[in-house]
Amino acid sequence: MIEAVGLTKRYGVKTAVDNLTFQVRPGAVTGFLGPNGSGKSTTMRMILGLDAPTSGQVTVGGRRFRDLPNAPRQVGALLDAKAVHGGRSARQHLLCLAQLSGIPARRVDEVLGVVGLQEVAHRRSKGFSLGMGQRLGIAGALLGDPQVLLFDEPVNGLDPEGIHWVRNLMRKLAGEGRTVFVSSHLMSEMALTADHLIVIGRGQLLADMSVKDFIARNSAGYARVRTPETSEKLVRALSEAGAHVQPEQDGALRVSGLALPHISDLAFDLGVRLHELSPHQASLEEAYMRMTQAAVDYRSTQDQRFGLQQAGPVPAQAQYGGYPPPHAAPQHQWQPAPGPNPYQTAPPPQGFGAPPAGPVGVSPAGPHPGAMAPPVAAPPTAVPPAVPPPPQDAPPAPAAAPSLSKRESES
Amino acid sequence: MIFTPAVLRSEWTKVRSVSSTMWTLASALLVTVALSAGLCALTNAQFDNLSQQDRLTFDAAGTSFSGMFLGQLAVIVFGVLVVAGEYSSGMIRTSLAAVPQRAAFLFSKLAVATALAFVVGMVTSFASFFLGQALLGSHRTGIGEPGVLRAVFGAGLYMTLIALFSMGVAAMLRSPLLSLGILMPFFFLISTILAAVPVAKDVARYFPDQAGQKIMQVVPSSDGSAYGPWGGLGIMCAWVAVALLGGYLVMSRRDA
Repeated sequence: MIEAVGLTKRYGVKTAVDNLTFQVRPGAVTGFLGPNGSGKSTTMRMILGLDAPTSGQVTVGGRRFRDLPNAPRQVGALLDAKAVHGGRSARQHLLCLAQLSGIPARRVDEVLGVVGLQEVAHRRSKGFSLGMGQRLGIAGALLGDPQVLLFDEPVNGLDPEGIHWVRNLMRKLAGEGRTVFVSSHLMSEMALTADHLIVIGRGQLLADMSVKDFIARNSAGYARVRTPETSEKLVRALSEAGAHVQPEQDGALRVSGLALPHISDLAFDLGVRLHELSPHQASLEEAYMRMTQAAVDYRSTQDQRFGLQQAGPVPAQAQYGGYPPPHAAPQHQWQPAPGPNPYQTAPPPQGFGAPPAGPVGVSPAGPHPGAMAPPVAAPPTAVPPAVPPPPQDAPPAPAAAPSLSKRESES
Repeated sequence: MIFTPAVLRSEWTKVRSVSSTMWTLASALLVTVALSAGLCALTNAQFDNLSQQDRLTFDAAGTSFSGMFLGQLAVIVFGVLVVAGEYSSGMIRTSLAAVPQRAAFLFSKLAVATALAFVVGMVTSFASFFLGQALLGSHRTGIGEPGVLRAVFGAGLYMTLIALFSMGVAAMLRSPLLSLGILMPFFFLISTILAAVPVAKDVARYFPDQAGQKIMQVVPSSDGSAYGPWGGLGIMCAWVAVALLGGYLVMSRRDA
């Protein structure tokens, strides 16, 4: 159990972590989400006693980390895949960590096997790829067989197979009753791995709830309904039918809780003409981005490439994420904007910098396999699915990572 | 308790599993012994050309440690890399997550590295002495002469203290480049140059290396020092203590 109370860290005038209070409970994977620079790593460092909080405190099992007797046997952490001396071999790196807490050398070889690094155990870690470094860091965290595990961005640089392996490892550790705290900036990854979510932005707590609640609250499908003129009749009828109706900026209605054919029937009965009736699905990634939008420190702007490229006609379809534009929409609303486009129905296939979509689909053990699928019956031609459907012949989850392929160990 | 066997064993694994340890300590030994031997051979060949004054104050034991002014630079690199290497590699976060007791971590690391530097320092000083004396021919001195054993032993201590001083400075500065950028010019140039300038000489003689080198001399230098060989070593120890205290305070107070 990790418990933070009023945890605050200031660097000069910048507040990196602002009055965070949360609990990380045993027996579950708790995802720690936030954009870059939101204070995730600082919080992790304060849990481990590396940074001293400006105010507030954080305890592990009721004690501050520095007061824990034999800390490596109680808390294992992967903070930074590069936090190793490159001149030391993988085995020696783990050996000097093991000796600190009286862990026998046999255990070093065990964890090297668990993370699949035994073939490169005697190579200097300088030549390791980022993925191999992550595996080495995870090995270090597992070394003391601790009850509390912290992982800071563990899937960074891992190949799809490695991501799959890490996900199963986390779930297995939590299933054994351990406390597992994993940071990530990828909502899609956490939706598959975590049971509970703690979302922060600019160092402040934005959400602390179970993944199930987060999905229920943020990922409901809705329909956009546009009528030629504002129709009080239709709004009242929709509300009476149990729908939740919100006006959108451009005069359209955002209707949730009612299937599309039902909306159409109601409109027909009332004699209201519809100019638009379209299914929409807010993905978790979108919900997360909406939540953290105000808290993003580093935002990219459109690359205008002035003077570099002659302006040519852009294929119209490419800009709309494959979704046909309603003819009634004013042109300016369909210009690509730097922020999330409110009219975009689903993330474009290239996604939001998510890892290769492959493993997302092939997780039969994932907690919410249908989490990203639109609940509203949507015409498959109109909305590109956010995630490819899980193949029927998906392989069972491997218990331990297979050893590194020859290709990776030679890279 | 400051030293725990587990942390000491771990630090021993750390220090012997990186190649920089081997390279820096081996070059400290080789450079010191080889340069001292060369200077002894040269002195022996040119002895008759020396001035009357130089011949009267000739220090046979001290001459056999004359290579140490260069060899100490390798010792400095060793000390700096042992401590600041943790920071430059990021290993410090992994280490401190495993040993939250920072005093135990720092002093165990220093103890292991200092013990290693002590062994190498003693081997270096005895090897330098015996090889140097063999090459000095008729001008040699013996280990049994008054003050000679103290000088040989002191030369080994001097190398150990230089390593310890560097580790303290590196723990304060936390960057290998910064630490080497300050220590190398200081010991190689600034201290040596100031010690030769008439006015600055009175200050420079209290620098750690100038004071510490007194222990290696058997024949007292003619410029009338304010302290003897052990007094000089004491001054050096004070510098080392200040560097270590600073290093400890930085390590225990600052975020890793």
